[in-house]
Amino acid sequence: MTVLFGQLFTGVSIGAVLLLIALGLALTFGQMNVINMAHGEFIMAGAYTTYVLQQTITGAGWSLLVALPVAFVVAGTMGVLLEVLLIRRLYARPLDTLLVTWGVSLILQQLARDVFGSPNVQTRAPDLLTGNIALPGGLTVATNRLFILTLAVAAVVALTLALRLTPLGRRIRAVVQNRDLAAVSGIATARVDRTTFFIGSGLAGLAGVALTLLGPIGPTMGTNLIIDAFLVVVVGGIGQLKGSVIVAFALGVLQATGEYLTTLSVAKVLVFVAIVAFLQWRPQGLFTLRTRSLA
Amino acid sequence: MSTVTAPTGRTPDPAAGGRRRNLLPGAGPARAAAGFALGAALLFAVAPLALSDFRLSLLAKYLCLAMVAIGIGIAWGRGGMLTLGQGVFFGLGGYAMAMHLKLADAGPGELPDFMQLYGQLDELPWWWRPFASPWFALPATVLLPMAVAFGLGSLVFRRKVRGAYFAILSQALAMAMVILLVGQQGTTGGTNGLTDIQGFFGYALTDPVNQRMVYFVIAGTLLALLLLARQLIQSRYGELLVAVRDGEERVRFLGYDPASVKLVAYVVAAGMAGLAGALFVPAVGIISPAMIGIVPSIEFVIGVAVGGRATLLGPVLGAVAVAWAKTALSERFPGGWTYLQGLMFVLVVAFLPGGLAALVGLGRQRGDDPDRRRWWRRRRRQVPAGVGTTVPVEGAGTPEATDGAGLAGARTGVTA
Amino acid sequence: MTGERLDGLRIRDLRVTFDGFTAVDGVDLDVAPGDIRFLIGPNGAGKTTLVDAVTGLVRATGSVRFGDTELLGRDVHRIARLGVGRTFQTAAVFEELSVLQNLDIAAGAGRSWWSLARRRRRIPDEVAEALTTIGLADRPDQLAGTLAHGQKQWLEIGMLLVQNARLLLLDEPVAGMSHDERDATGALLETVSRDRTVVVIEHDMDFLRRFARTVTVLHAGRVLSEGSVAQVQADPRVQEVYLGVDSGTEA
Repeated sequence: MTVLFGQLFTGVSIGAVLLLIALGLALTFGQMNVINMAHGEFIMAGAYTTYVLQQTITGAGWSLLVALPVAFVVAGTMGVLLEVLLIRRLYARPLDTLLVTWGVSLILQQLARDVFGSPNVQTRAPDLLTGNIALPGGLTVATNRLFILTLAVAAVVALTLALRLTPLGRRIRAVVQNRDLAAVSGIATARVDRTTFFIGSGLAGLAGVALTLLGPIGPTMGTNLIIDAFLVVVVGGIGQLKGSVIVAFALGVLQATGEYLTTLSVAKVLVFVAIVAFLQWRPQGLFTLRTRSLA
Repeated sequence: MSTVTAPTGRTPDPAAGGRRRNLLPGAGPARAAAGFALGAALLFAVAPLALSDFRLSLLAKYLCLAMVAIGIGIAWGRGGMLTLGQGVFFGLGGYAMAMHLKLADAGPGELPDFMQLYGQLDELPWWWRPFASPWFALPATVLLPMAVAFGLGSLVFRRKVRGAYFAILSQALAMAMVILLVGQQGTTGGTNGLTDIQGFFGYALTDPVNQRMVYFVIAGTLLALLLLARQLIQSRYGELLVAVRDGEERVRFLGYDPASVKLVAYVVAAGMAGLAGALFVPAVGIISPAMIGIVPSIEFVIGVAVGGRATLLGPVLGAVAVAWAKTALSERFPGGWTYLQGLMFVLVVAFLPGGLAALVGLGRQRGDDPDRRRWWRRRRRQVPAGVGTTVPVEGAGTPEATDGAGLAGARTGVTA
Repeated sequence: MTGERLDGLRIRDLRVTFDGFTAVDGVDLDVAPGDIRFLIGPNGAGKTTLVDAVTGLVRATGSVRFGDTELLGRDVHRIARLGVGRTFQTAAVFEELSVLQNLDIAAGAGRSWWSLARRRRRIPDEVAEALTTIGLADRPDQLAGTLAHGQKQWLEIGMLLVQNARLLLLDEPVAGMSHDERDATGALLETVSRDRTVVVIEHDMDFLRRFARTVTVLHAGRVLSEGSVAQVQADPRVQEVYLGVDSGTEA
């Protein structure tokens, strides 16, 4: 029971990391219909930002706290650069965008190797986030995973509020739902796109900070995560965040329970099969905006 | 003098390239035969004479990658299905072949060496046993990948999972496959893969003469696959496939089921990748997860993009060139090669979507991807809403005259 | 050209809903065999959605019968094979294929895999005929993408002809065409309707007056008025909906 609970909570925290990554993807994919494979490298950028800050600011707790906003800005800026330099010019070519951004991701990975070296590096977790919290009934939760969960929940709440309440949020939603109509209604879609990319990529940076609490940092840390995160978006559906939220946690828990019941590798295959089966039922994802279109 | 507006009576616009014949897929039979003969001469005479044993075995490896590229050219270039998981099919073919060869190396009743090494097994797992027979293993190298592609394809294409969704799904398949292989170390060799393959149907692979034989088998297979691909591209099916790529829904309204059309191309591509994987094993002596995962799978695609995705020969030449460049550069400048590879993705796909084929004039194919020629377009395509549809033509007749001609044509056509 | 029987379209209580918004709200519609029916109505009246429902693109409730066959609930390509063809507001031809290839594909839905696997040896008769009909006989090898706008729309109609569609649903076939092109298109519709049933969505009132045999006015997802051109024009409800907009321009 305690093992299963621990495994479930691990699943939830994996889901939280996936969610941080997938939120950004859901924003950019939903709005611009582009797959940004370099999103994984924004995670890496966030993680290395934490590492660098810890080299300069000695206190692990402070450096982590500082890393959150800095990583957001670093990753966000990288995202905006990518959007302006490349993605913007490839809007009607989603598959080509995927390949181009894969190239960018290769370059960024090599850059990380050249700057930080190929071997993984490790950050120290602050003392506060190394222990466990005991729950009634002999159950425990790891504080670092609790922190990540809190971070993800905070990000979802902040993003939801921003999309609902701020003028910028309304503009973003307008562009997601009908780009052409938004453009003729006087919304500067190009600027909205850049902002979306900044926020989406920044969230990936936050995910990178979170990941430093779970394991080592390496140049290719983003590659596998990005695929899982894309699956979250595909299954969750485009245009609404709640799909991503539900699916990220579901996937995390499914993966963790599958691992508990079988093995890691079999669990991966099971998750894949589950996704294909799910798409039989809802090919457009869990939630989708139904519109009349030829596509 | 006036503006011609009826659908007839207009001189062809030379700039439109309307009558241009594409050079490769549409090439005349004589030209194609000549090209084929030249290719055969290069592969069967020039290369074996000019290259050392070492280089020839490298070329054999590249040609295997080129076979995968032919399939990707069909599925992606012609069918619009960006498959980022061809490594799965390559791997299925490769593992099927390697399992047979390992069993043959071990001898009847014996376990392959790595299974003895890990020492957890007393007898062969049930799913290894059929591969002892070449009559099972050889067809399986092609049929197994085709079956997996058929299963996945019929599920996702029917539910209209396509575009980026399909690409991600195919990539996830590659990830799942690799993790599965690595996880089952005792029966799959894990990260190491199936290594140290000694014999190929009774011939020792250590012998350079037999290595040459393997090369000839590979070269012959490649040419056969090229012929198959050419037939496919030029057939009515090939035209239909392009139509599905450019307007899946439109094709549906013409009474076709696009899912079946795509499925055929995807399954054929998978079969080609499987065959390539099977032949890769004797050429290289090893198959491992590192050769079939996410990264190698997407590397298959770059060769196709560089060569020219919608052409027949482009993917082959591109795959060989990229693989050669990788060998030449990656050992001396490993970091530099990664930068170059990344740059290739960015520059070729963004700025030269037609690939090198477009540069040397082999491109401008009928059936090119519509994105292709719109290099560096900023905005999405807009259908011009009826502006500029009338073209002034010198010396054209009065509107009534051309109008009459159009109608006459219409009437006789319908009532005939 | 077809030699097959002429069928009419019979729609009963057709409803289409998008996430709570009712685009088509209980439409009854009868189109007699061989009719040229024009569907008009302000933007958002549900004209295109109605065609989408008939052709299986959107899910709908109610009943749509073509001849004796119920169409609702069938897949798009099955409905197409029953002889229902349509065009789209923006000319939907395969731009990277030649005129001939476009028509050949349209003519080939019934082909066996064996015949698909081979090359086209000669131009099929019905394709040659259609090439003449749509006035593109002199340029079969031109890429469809390089055709002029009007020619593309004609090519689309040609594709419907070789597709052997017995019910033609045309979504704004003359949008963006010049007057002469419109006349030619109208004449084509008249000849075509001898052995086919034609439904046209059109905003062009001038075109409607000249070529419509019957007219149905849709408004807010319902049938507002129906009858001959004169009857519909005299209907005060139609005048109210179309207040001030009655000629030559897109509504």
